[in-house]
Amino acid sequence: MAGYFSEIFRYDFMIRAFVAILVITPLFGMLGTMIVHRKMAYFSDALGHSALTGIAIGVVCGIADTSLSMVIFAVVFAFLLNQINRKRLVATDTLISVFASCSTAIGLAILSFGGNFSKYSALLVGDILSITSREIIYLMVIFVGTLVFWFLAINKLNAISVNPTLAKSTNISVRVIEDVFAIIIALVVTLSIKWIGILLINALLILPAASARNISMNMREYHGYAIIFSVFSGVIGLVMSYFNNVATGPMIVIIASVIYFATYIYGRKRR
Amino acid sequence: MRKISKPCGFHCVKIKDIGVSFGDQVILENINLHIHCGQLLAIIGRNGAGKSTLIKAILDDIPHTGTVEFKDVEDGKIQKIKIGYVPQTLNIEENSPMDVYDLICSFRFGHPIFMKSKKIYAEIKEALEEFEAGDLIDKQVGRLSGGELQRVLLSMAVMDNPNLLLLDEPVSGIDKNGMDLFYEKMEYLKHNYDMSIVVVSHDLDYVAKYADQVVLIDKEVMAEGTVKEVYNSPEFKNVFGNTQFDISTSSNSTHIYDVDSAKRHVHRRVVEEEQTPFEAGYKGRKEQE
Repeated sequence: MAGYFSEIFRYDFMIRAFVAILVITPLFGMLGTMIVHRKMAYFSDALGHSALTGIAIGVVCGIADTSLSMVIFAVVFAFLLNQINRKRLVATDTLISVFASCSTAIGLAILSFGGNFSKYSALLVGDILSITSREIIYLMVIFVGTLVFWFLAINKLNAISVNPTLAKSTNISVRVIEDVFAIIIALVVTLSIKWIGILLINALLILPAASARNISMNMREYHGYAIIFSVFSGVIGLVMSYFNNVATGPMIVIIASVIYFATYIYGRKRR
Repeated sequence: MRKISKPCGFHCVKIKDIGVSFGDQVILENINLHIHCGQLLAIIGRNGAGKSTLIKAILDDIPHTGTVEFKDVEDGKIQKIKIGYVPQTLNIEENSPMDVYDLICSFRFGHPIFMKSKKIYAEIKEALEEFEAGDLIDKQVGRLSGGELQRVLLSMAVMDNPNLLLLDEPVSGIDKNGMDLFYEKMEYLKHNYDMSIVVVSHDLDYVAKYADQVVLIDKEVMAEGTVKEVYNSPEFKNVFGNTQFDISTSSNSTHIYDVDSAKRHVHRRVVEEEQTPFEAGYKGRKEQE
């Protein structure tokens, strides 16, 4: 085993990927708990898809760093979705689907203009091995920011999900908390999409939390298991992808899915 | 927890000119209510009369006109009101990984729920014990029975020492024992806390037995006063049937508190001519007590 690891860490790109996994996965595990709890799985999925449009807008406007336009677009998108959602005129899932398909289509249309899409197809599955040290530092900053938000707002987020009227009556600023949470999801999703990939990012957000939900009785267990499952799938997925020569993102998601089914069966037996 | 032996009777909550409309549609208008501490006011009305909307307006959850004032009668000072609210239901799935500790901690404390605090745990347990719910602290909220959940929500609402306790009585999931226990707790609160209580009720029997004041609403206040005054008013008969409402017979019947049976319950009163007039039934009940 030690031999395996020393082989992996001979390469700088593997060390960086490993560090990146250790930053991204606990963050995803943590955020996932409240995304699943608040039934926002569709929402985070739509945010992932909006990344395409963000990049397309960047390309059209001639911005050198398309990550910037992607982040800005996702934040605006998240904020808008929240606003429209509050009016409660349309079912949330329908609304999010409409937004997501619309923005994906616009993104694809612009990016495929002149047959150039292959340049961007790496975005779909992501490549964690290409991460730079500087990008890892960005991720760490986001991680710390999210952690601070989590300590301050987790109770309020939970309260709002239980009953918004009751939450409001205890002086919780429902709108602010909801908006900040949506923006944090937007930031985390867009900043890690290059490495995880549009197709898989939501799986990595949802699966660890959903697995933890299968076997948890309270919030302590829920958070603990979600983070453990997330880090475990990340590390094992990275190592396995190295030895089997497959893309890292899909490998991580396969392992997270196996954990989901295992916890599902275990959870059912226990009840 | 600040608990006093008796309500002082000098505080009052004034609900002034509450009106709610969505677009052109007027849901509520000119609602004026006046409740003293130590009193239980019941809001009754047909389905869709605006009862829950009124609660939401008092909580400031929806746009409305009018104000809610909390006044000390002795010195006439207007203070900031603290409202405790017990909703009808919670948005929680059965397997939701949230126990009662998590629920109360997330509403009442700043300590993040993913880390347990022994001090807060003890505090929550103490609050729950007042409502015979101490054992429920480690139970998953989604697996509580209707009555258990209501006791938990009640302890949570009272923990903060509100001036006004607002309760939206659930229409389902609570058996007769649960309802009895619930209203007995209301009596206890009335006598041991300094607060006014407003209950939106779907059960006229319990209202008759426990309310100090009754308000019948249908877009506006149709009738208000004591149980006797309201139950005898023509407006009451208009809404709940032209027949006399008899408490002693209806309270002996089996209650299943779901919406449909509540409707049937009301409907039956309309269709069947009950022999005993309400007045006689009410008096009979009083004599029994």
